[in-house]
Amino acid sequence: MLRYTIRRLVQLVGVVLVLSMLLFAWLRLLPGGPVSALLGERATPESREALTKQLGLDQPIFVQYFKFLGRAATGDFGVSTGVQPGDSALDIFLQRFPATIELSFFAILIAVAVGVPLGYLAAKRRGGWFDNLSVVGSLIGVAVPVFFLAYLLKDVASSALGLPSQGRQDAIDATRVTGFFTLDGVITGEWDATFNALQHLILPAIALATIPFAVIFRITRAAVLDVLDEDFVRTAESKGLTAPVIRRRHVLRNAMLPVVTTIGLQTGALLSGAVLTEKVFSFAGVGQALAIGFERRDYPVLLLLIIMATIVYVVVNLLVDLSYALIDPRIRTR
Amino acid sequence: MALLEVRDLTVVFQRRGEEPFRAVDGVSFDVEPGQTVGLVGESGCGKSVTSLAIMGLLPKRGAKVTGTVKYDGTDLLKLSDKEMRDRRGRDLGMVFQDPLSSLNPVVPIGLQVTEVLERHRGMPRKEAMIEAKDLLDKVGIPDPNRRLKEYPHQLSGGMRQRALIAIALACRPKLLIADEPTTALDVTIQAQILTLMKELVQDLGTALVMITHDLGVVAGLCDEVNVLYGGKVVEKAMRHKLFAEPRHPYTHGLLASIPRLDAAPGEKLTPIKGSVADNIPWAQGCAFAPRCPNALDVCVQVTPAEEDQLGRLLRCHNPVVPGTPAAEEVPV
Repeated sequence: MLRYTIRRLVQLVGVVLVLSMLLFAWLRLLPGGPVSALLGERATPESREALTKQLGLDQPIFVQYFKFLGRAATGDFGVSTGVQPGDSALDIFLQRFPATIELSFFAILIAVAVGVPLGYLAAKRRGGWFDNLSVVGSLIGVAVPVFFLAYLLKDVASSALGLPSQGRQDAIDATRVTGFFTLDGVITGEWDATFNALQHLILPAIALATIPFAVIFRITRAAVLDVLDEDFVRTAESKGLTAPVIRRRHVLRNAMLPVVTTIGLQTGALLSGAVLTEKVFSFAGVGQALAIGFERRDYPVLLLLIIMATIVYVVVNLLVDLSYALIDPRIRTR
Repeated sequence: MALLEVRDLTVVFQRRGEEPFRAVDGVSFDVEPGQTVGLVGESGCGKSVTSLAIMGLLPKRGAKVTGTVKYDGTDLLKLSDKEMRDRRGRDLGMVFQDPLSSLNPVVPIGLQVTEVLERHRGMPRKEAMIEAKDLLDKVGIPDPNRRLKEYPHQLSGGMRQRALIAIALACRPKLLIADEPTTALDVTIQAQILTLMKELVQDLGTALVMITHDLGVVAGLCDEVNVLYGGKVVEKAMRHKLFAEPRHPYTHGLLASIPRLDAAPGEKLTPIKGSVADNIPWAQGCAFAPRCPNALDVCVQVTPAEEDQLGRLLRCHNPVVPGTPAAEEVPV
């Protein structure tokens, strides 16, 4: 197990190196650049040249890349030119990363907390009205574009429910510890700060949760249908076990493997969904920074954030693979 | 009074848009306390459905069960879902055909034994574990303490079936139903499992309903035998009587089709012609008639009634004359 984990992490280093190379080249192939973004169309050639030189963009691309690698090894990922000009890319990442993790975590929490029970119920009542309704509902969940739902929630639901639809927290006096606003309030005992942050999370988290919810619902339903036909469920019934024990120990535990896999794969969808959701709700996370970064060609910030997103995706899927062994003993002994 | 009284048990499967199918058609039999009763027949004769109907394990939707199944005087078919749940595993235990798929692959053997003890005997987990160890010991699983912590895939096929027997007998039910318990096992293991079951039901005084297609199993185990065909009992007698003198052509054919060690080299087997697939409904004539060597015109027109003939129940217009040798040889 340990060797497997180490091998996967070594692979990750390779993936990151290759990705950084490709990204480096690809970002520079985009039309325009940080100079035009900063100075605008009507800048004089002299000022453009001066800024190009100042940013080091006049050097050959491989020289730029190796300089970047050398600085990155010391923890210096460059200075932002567009998202928050003048701030270091690393600071921007550290500020915004907890916001996106918080948002994604609550989104996946909603998706699992609603999707798994609903999927189980639909499978139990296969072919009934509840099943049919949920299957159609989940189809709509997948089909509705995230940004459409996000605007719907922001413009309609927020006023109807009296929930905030902008930012991560109101301008209240809150102590920052980890950067996770909900967690900070718990640590410092500032419960109003936690409550306020949670209120801000509800709508964006729902918007972000729809697609993972729909996928998790469908996978759970299919997995439970498979397990319900298994002989060991009949054995459990023949023992006269109570319905909750059969559900939890015999059905759900066996149906969880495909569901956990799906959760891992959905992290990718979650990260891309976060770009749209954060933009709509002006939520200061990684997604919003990516959106602004692309508009203003902020090379250092884009490079760091995309690499970090990749690392998160790989690590989450590694954790998913490791969790198989916890769920299924047949994998453990192999 | 009999421990189990099955009367006119009928199971009709009804799927939307399809003709209803009578899997079990008016089956009646008794099981006395401590007695072993066999339900014999080939695949599709309704023997497994009978056992699932007794246990109340058929799906609520799509399967219509009628008749009575009296256990100790109570009609199990009239019990509520919850009442039946209280009885399953406590009063009636069941062992299934495929021991690998019948055990939960992600739950340790120990918990699969203790959960039934916790449920019906109210034992705390620790006490149940000790009892589970004794149970595994009793069914002949070596090193039970280790096995309790293991998972089904770590056990051999024979050991898995032993574990399932331990689970079914954990609460000392008065009735055990075994549905082809040896079919999925190696021949050498089959004999061990049958011997074990025989010993256990004798020791515990448990009545056993043995469902099988294997007349060898019946010969070694059962007191009374019910031969099923197309969802009906076609012949019922004590074991010795049935083996010595089969009267129904189906029973006769089953016995004649057993390969014999003392047969001359090159001697052909005597199978029953056709398969259950060409059975006709009992509504008009005998379901076995198309395959029956003794079939008369009356057999395809009038459904034979059940007749009591001196301790033997028979459903046939033209039974085999006692002493008839196996039917003429048919090339396999």
